[in-house]
Amino acid sequence: MLASIGQFLLILSLTTAVVLMLLPMIGYYKNNDSLMRTGRPLAYLLFVLVFSTFAILVSLFVLQDFSVTYVWQHSSLALPLRYRITATWGAHEGSVLMWITVQALWIAAVARYSRSLSLSQISRVLSVLGIIATGFIAFVLFASNPFEITNPAPLDGRDLNPLLQDFGMIIHPPLLYFGYVGMSVAFSLAVAALIGGQIDEKWIRWSRRWTNLAWAFLTIGIILGSWWAYYELGWGGWWFWDPVENASFLPWLAGTALIHVQAVSERKNAFRGWTVLLAIIAFSLCVLGTFLVRSGSITSVHSFAADPFRGIFILVLLAIYAGGALTLYALRVNQLKSKDAINLESKETMLLGNSLVFITATFTILLGTLFPMIFEAMGKKISVGSPYFGLMFFLIMIPMAVLLPLGAQMKWHKDKMSSAVKALLPHFFIAGLLTVLAYFAFDGLNLRATAGVFGGFWIASTSIMQIIKFPGKPNAGFIGMSVAHLGVAVFLFGMSMTEHKDVEKDLLLKPGQTTQVAGYDFTFNGVTSIQIENYRAQQGSILVSQDGQPLVELHPQKRHYPKQQQPMTEADIYPGFTKDIYVSLGEQINDKGDWAVRIYIKPFIRWMWFGGLMMMAGALIALFNKRNKRLEQQQVDQVMKERLKLS
Amino acid sequence: MTPTRKKRLMMVLMVAVGVGIATGIFLTAFKDNMMYFKSPSEVSQQNYPVNRSFRLGGMVKESSMRRIPDSLKVQFEVTDFAASVLVEYEGILPDLFREGQGVVTIGKMQNDQLFVAEEVLAKHDENYMPPEAAAALEAAKPKYKNTNKESN
Amino acid sequence: MKKVFIALVPLSVFIGLIVLLYVNLNNHSEVLPSPLIGKKIPQFEHPTLYSNQVLNQDDFIGQPWMLNVFGSWCPSCQFEHPLVTALANSGKIKVVGLNWKDEPEDAIKWLKRWGNPYHEILVDYQGDTAINLGVYGAPETFLIDAQGTIVYKIAGVLTEKNIQQELMPLIEQMNQGATNP
Repeated sequence: MLASIGQFLLILSLTTAVVLMLLPMIGYYKNNDSLMRTGRPLAYLLFVLVFSTFAILVSLFVLQDFSVTYVWQHSSLALPLRYRITATWGAHEGSVLMWITVQALWIAAVARYSRSLSLSQISRVLSVLGIIATGFIAFVLFASNPFEITNPAPLDGRDLNPLLQDFGMIIHPPLLYFGYVGMSVAFSLAVAALIGGQIDEKWIRWSRRWTNLAWAFLTIGIILGSWWAYYELGWGGWWFWDPVENASFLPWLAGTALIHVQAVSERKNAFRGWTVLLAIIAFSLCVLGTFLVRSGSITSVHSFAADPFRGIFILVLLAIYAGGALTLYALRVNQLKSKDAINLESKETMLLGNSLVFITATFTILLGTLFPMIFEAMGKKISVGSPYFGLMFFLIMIPMAVLLPLGAQMKWHKDKMSSAVKALLPHFFIAGLLTVLAYFAFDGLNLRATAGVFGGFWIASTSIMQIIKFPGKPNAGFIGMSVAHLGVAVFLFGMSMTEHKDVEKDLLLKPGQTTQVAGYDFTFNGVTSIQIENYRAQQGSILVSQDGQPLVELHPQKRHYPKQQQPMTEADIYPGFTKDIYVSLGEQINDKGDWAVRIYIKPFIRWMWFGGLMMMAGALIALFNKRNKRLEQQQVDQVMKERLKLS
Repeated sequence: MTPTRKKRLMMVLMVAVGVGIATGIFLTAFKDNMMYFKSPSEVSQQNYPVNRSFRLGGMVKESSMRRIPDSLKVQFEVTDFAASVLVEYEGILPDLFREGQGVVTIGKMQNDQLFVAEEVLAKHDENYMPPEAAAALEAAKPKYKNTNKESN
Repeated sequence: MKKVFIALVPLSVFIGLIVLLYVNLNNHSEVLPSPLIGKKIPQFEHPTLYSNQVLNQDDFIGQPWMLNVFGSWCPSCQFEHPLVTALANSGKIKVVGLNWKDEPEDAIKWLKRWGNPYHEILVDYQGDTAINLGVYGAPETFLIDAQGTIVYKIAGVLTEKNIQQELMPLIEQMNQGATNP
């Protein structure tokens, strides 16, 4: 019964999205104000409908209605309530339903917070968002319907994948979706601008805040994904350059290029075409990422079960969205003339350089991800190892680290490169000195780690100097930028240390045996069986001590969920400011109670995620820029004036 | 040349040099890290990269797994039902590693007979098998059918 | 002119990408082959659920039979249960259940509720035979001839369609083969 209502609401949502796609756009072309005005109410209606659909799916899980196929496939009677709720988006069908829910929320937010746009602008933007919503709602309805019924209903469900019975997994996908979908706002603005054949500062300023917000979500989504992989997959890795991870990283890279170019194009009549193109690329990569994850056309340990029909569907959506936008771009971009001249020695040039670095990174990683497909089309099977990505990313980040302080240092419009270099030079030596100190403090670092640590100190030192020397009271934009850049520094330091100074040991331990790893003594006190909620576990007990002083007792588990075939490794971690001690159980080797145990020492790993959090915080702080508020108020006044004149 | 032209030329040059360097690095890095995927049949026909890592995929042969006592070393055979290859691995096997299930291993051939794996990947859940492993089995199928006919 | 050409670059790259993705999607197959077809059924020895015997693979030689992997915890098994029942009642083939990774009490309860169509039920509590058969998930159904060779396998639920189009022709064939050796 409830499921049929959900199904019905889904159909209503699709209808509403189609109307939202058509009416305001027809209004725009016919210059009909009342048609254009339908955009906002339709956007709110769409949100109410889609959100109710989602709420119904959640209730089906809470009420354990196993007549619904999706519910029995991903939950069971024994599943605790909190995981029953989160199981809603634990697998494909529910997660695309969550995608469209988030999409509808963004559309409603755009409708609400767009007073500075004229009616003709907002109607085009909402209509383009309507196109996107239509495609994805149709995808849910026709290719991934979560409301399908199994008759007769089973008595119990198959249970949720144990990997997903976890806090990180509860919040990681929604945040990532907020980011993915958020990029559609910048995209729709770009397309709306191409349709009208013009774009001005006001538009870009308006879209910049949305892009910032989307980028912040994308950042936190990726961090959480990395953190989850670290503690939940049980094997201590934080980033695998897996196609599915790359799928989330690509839009982030393009988005980073976009927010930096927007900083220029909202101030000057420059880089307009480039801004539009980057916005199209960023969102297209979000859809491409979805395709890679959902179609199963790429080898990845994370991918969802493959379904070619779904693959084709998303591919068609991608072709329509990105293909349509790029065709429009080819036809119209020359109308978006960039009139202002740009001085070579200026902040503008540096920011352009930044966007080129990030776009290069995007394409290098995209190529590495797609290369196996190109070879497969020629009948050969290959894969690209993660060292490729690691090396390429490292090399591309060198110019990034060099340019970053320069870009932040140089003035808008016109500056002297020599004076910027002069201001920064002392910090080059400070960073060098700190790197030498770090080199000896950590018993030597290899080339890449040294470069990474140096980059971290160099960016930190210059950013702090720029904060201290900032003339007058710093505005939110500047504070946001500095926080984000300091985040880059913290991230670089943490990543270099974790990657190059970690210790990994696979050991065969007998009960009672003590071994030493990196100055810590690990005493293995055997394994006992325990029963918790909906699983059984073999729990190891390992006492960690340093210099004879007990530090902590760790309890890694090997879990067995009765309804799932797979056992699951649950690591136990002793987190710390400067290092994590990480222990996980392999398997029992023999009848004498000997176990394979993996021990990791991960220095500064938390700094990496903290750095990412700072980047996110920076993007959020920049939203509160007073300058933007003031300019936006002027725009709102102007729009109101125009409206009054019309009526 | 006018100053603006000079500046423009500079910019174009800078971009060109950057793109050139990037392409060069890309190609080298790519060549070094590209890994071929081979099936047991291909390996048994000596068709594999020598002294270079590649991925070997298929099924873990039934009752082929053997532990070397008092170490984390294991040996097992990877098969596509037409041929099998002996694989040695030292370390902790993934949770989903099981005889009779799909597996992908990364490593080198130590000699004609032995593949030494640095990494072992098993399938992620019961609906999923590494696509490469499935493809290897798929590719070996016609051959396998033939041998079957002969034996009848 | 030159400008138009540059503006077309992103579109062309993108079209290439779409073509690549499309070609890949069509070529990329993840359909699982059934490597066991044509081979002898792996050796096993299991207690039975009701008849209190221990049976092995040789006890089934002499007539074609069907092995249906099920568990009381498996909702799809319940979904296909009426069809298994119909097949067993048709008398065309001997239907044996493999109760997979299940508590016997649960299985008995389940069979009481939904009916027991099986001629015999093997209890594979540890899941060893299921592993030997390469079972990916319940339900799965194997068709085995009178000599103990696996003839066919269906992974997933039985449907009217796959019974009529795939299983029945093979069953008819085997039954004829058994009568005219």
